[in-house]
Amino acid sequence: MTDATSANVPAQPETSAPASSLLLQTDRMKRRNAAESRFKAYGIVAICVSLSVLFIMLWTIFSDGVSAFRQATFSFDVTLDAARLDPNGNRQRDEMMRVTTIGYTGLLNDNLIVYLNARAISTEGVTEREIAAFISRDTPARLRHMVIEDPSLLGQTIRFEGFATGRIDGYLKGRVTRDSAERDTNISVAQLDLADRMVDDGLLSLKFNWGFLTNPDASDQRPEASGLGVAMIGSAYMMLLVAIMVLPLGVSASIYLEEFAPKNRWTDLIEVNISNLAAVPSIVYGILGLAIFINFAQFPQSSPLVGALVLTLMTLPTIIIATRAAIRAVPPSIRDAAMGVGASKMQVVFHHVLPLAAPGILTGTILGLASALGETAPLLLIGMVAFVANYPSGPLDGGVLDPATALPVQVYSWASRADPAFIERSAGAIIVLLAFLLIMNILAIVLRRRFERRW
Amino acid sequence: MDDQLIVERAVSAQDIKITARGVQVYYGDKHALKDVNVDILTNTVTAFIGPSGCGKSTFLRCLNRMNDTVAIARVEGDIRIDGEDIYDKRVDPVQLRAKVGMVFQKPNPFPKSIYDNVAYGPKIHGLARGKAELDEIVEQSLRKAALWDEVKDRLKESGTGLSGGQQQRLCIARAIATGPEVLLMDEPCSALDPIATAQVEELIDELHEKFSVVIVTHSMQQAARVSQKTAFFHLGSLVEYGNTSKIFTNPDDPRTESYITGRIG
Ligand SMILES: Nc1ncnc2c1ncn2[C@@H]1O[C@H](COP(=O)(O)OP(=O)(O)O)[C@@H](O)[C@H]1O
Ligand SMILES: [Mg+2]
Repeated sequence: MTDATSANVPAQPETSAPASSLLLQTDRMKRRNAAESRFKAYGIVAICVSLSVLFIMLWTIFSDGVSAFRQATFSFDVTLDAARLDPNGNRQRDEMMRVTTIGYTGLLNDNLIVYLNARAISTEGVTEREIAAFISRDTPARLRHMVIEDPSLLGQTIRFEGFATGRIDGYLKGRVTRDSAERDTNISVAQLDLADRMVDDGLLSLKFNWGFLTNPDASDQRPEASGLGVAMIGSAYMMLLVAIMVLPLGVSASIYLEEFAPKNRWTDLIEVNISNLAAVPSIVYGILGLAIFINFAQFPQSSPLVGALVLTLMTLPTIIIATRAAIRAVPPSIRDAAMGVGASKMQVVFHHVLPLAAPGILTGTILGLASALGETAPLLLIGMVAFVANYPSGPLDGGVLDPATALPVQVYSWASRADPAFIERSAGAIIVLLAFLLIMNILAIVLRRRFERRW
Repeated sequence: MDDQLIVERAVSAQDIKITARGVQVYYGDKHALKDVNVDILTNTVTAFIGPSGCGKSTFLRCLNRMNDTVAIARVEGDIRIDGEDIYDKRVDPVQLRAKVGMVFQKPNPFPKSIYDNVAYGPKIHGLARGKAELDEIVEQSLRKAALWDEVKDRLKESGTGLSGGQQQRLCIARAIATGPEVLLMDEPCSALDPIATAQVEELIDELHEKFSVVIVTHSMQQAARVSQKTAFFHLGSLVEYGNTSKIFTNPDDPRTESYITGRIG
């Protein structure tokens, strides 16, 4: 190959020697190149630092939080003794309601001991009371609910699944150890030994817990029953309302400012104010919301409606700024073209500018919503940090006026509880929140990529 | 100036479409156009030439009131189309622009289909009753713009996907579609390659049979090729206006001569 080409290429002619060789670097060039590589190195270091911080953060959250999605769960045969659960024997709902969870607790305890004996699991060193303490207080309540809903179960033997208490759950997840149990009045080493035997038997195991995503919050005594249901509904209602309120407001304000408003001292003032509002700390919006929407307008506290109003005020400046940028990015030649064929100002805006700016507006709105989704401080002030154990009603049945919490607020309130089981759930809630934020940001990126136009 | 003389000669030859008297344009404090008097004839290509920044575009944009969209611009004087004052309070600029179409320097089709580009004007002015009539307007406009044969099989494709020259002819078709009587073109070929330029010039030559065409150009060869009348602007004033052949061979004003021979510009 080389032979063939070199045969055809004529030799370079002799020329005069160069005054300065291109093959040697001058001192000036060397210094310039050194500065350049130094700058590159700084950049790489900066990126590495931020990436490792990000990695450490994610690693902490995930190592703490993933376990929140699994829960120590008993699975054993329970004989639903009709004589105990329906003493009058007539399957009447209100009479069955008279048997409280205490009755069901006794039934479960007895059945557990029967099951242990049947499986020949040794209970040495553990009293019956201590065995009863294995079962979460949530479990009898769940069984009671099941039986009252379906009385035909009475008299049958069913395979029942229920949570173990927080300490046992912690032991299976490594949070509770034999060392810590010695210092803990709520759990003994003998109980942990029994737990080990239960796990070997398959009676007790860690199972994926949908309840973490769907249950409402629970009291301090039963962290295992608590879930993000109410918080997710609250956040969803708020995002829905914010989107409904912020889009028309933001878009019409932006269109007016960009296309119609005269350029004078007033519009300059408005412009400065919008930029400043975007920088106002979010807690200030919370105080504003407390004063206006709760104290003055008398909207119910802790309601997604008030939360959404506050978040709307908070995201409005950001959305106006993003929308105006999107409108301004539509090339003037398109406006000229439309004007040139006799479109009115309104027609120029609605037929040409808005459709072309829509992807940018949507991206800005989604990013604004994402920041609203993660906002905590203003919601604390309007009472969304309250303990809410009931789901709000549907969005059309006034659910937006019912008390609810929000995802970031749930993170905050769980993180401030004493039981370490709530810390794990707090990290789990952060994972859920991050997942939603990630989805929204990906959506924004996809929209931008998909509809990006080149002129 | 002896404008008056030229104008009188022209009147006897052809109908006058647009008359401008004492037109002054200010951008804020800047006096951009000084006392322009000109008569533009029907079915004629009139070229505006002159060094960059002399006010050619400014004057062109007065003729369809595109200067209204510039907040700081102020127009004085009297401009009439068919004897009607276009700056009269009762005139809606939207209606005026349907009658006086405009083609811009850079081809600027809407990022919509070829069909929608042409159909947009007729739609907003309500010129077509029904789809069949609209189809007819689109086809006729594209034919007049010498683009029909190239695009008839892909009317649904985006106008921005055409070549530069095709885009500019699409913009001309879009302007024609509203049924204008005057076509204003602001350096329509300056963003095009020589072959596309030749096509557009040929088109302009055909268009003057149906429209009064006013074209701004920085190319004197182009003015000489396509126009029957030429106006030379310098520093915001109309220096000389007359038959193109006269302006290019035997100008009256020394400034025109300097520009033609390449000493100003
Ligand atoms: N929108 C505007 N705002 C301020 N000054 C302008 C504007 N448009 C044009 N001008 C000024 O008016 C003068 C004439 O401009 P123009 O008509 O565009 O010149 P030409 O088209 O002959 O190159 C120039 O000096 C230009 O700076
Ligand atoms: Mg110009």
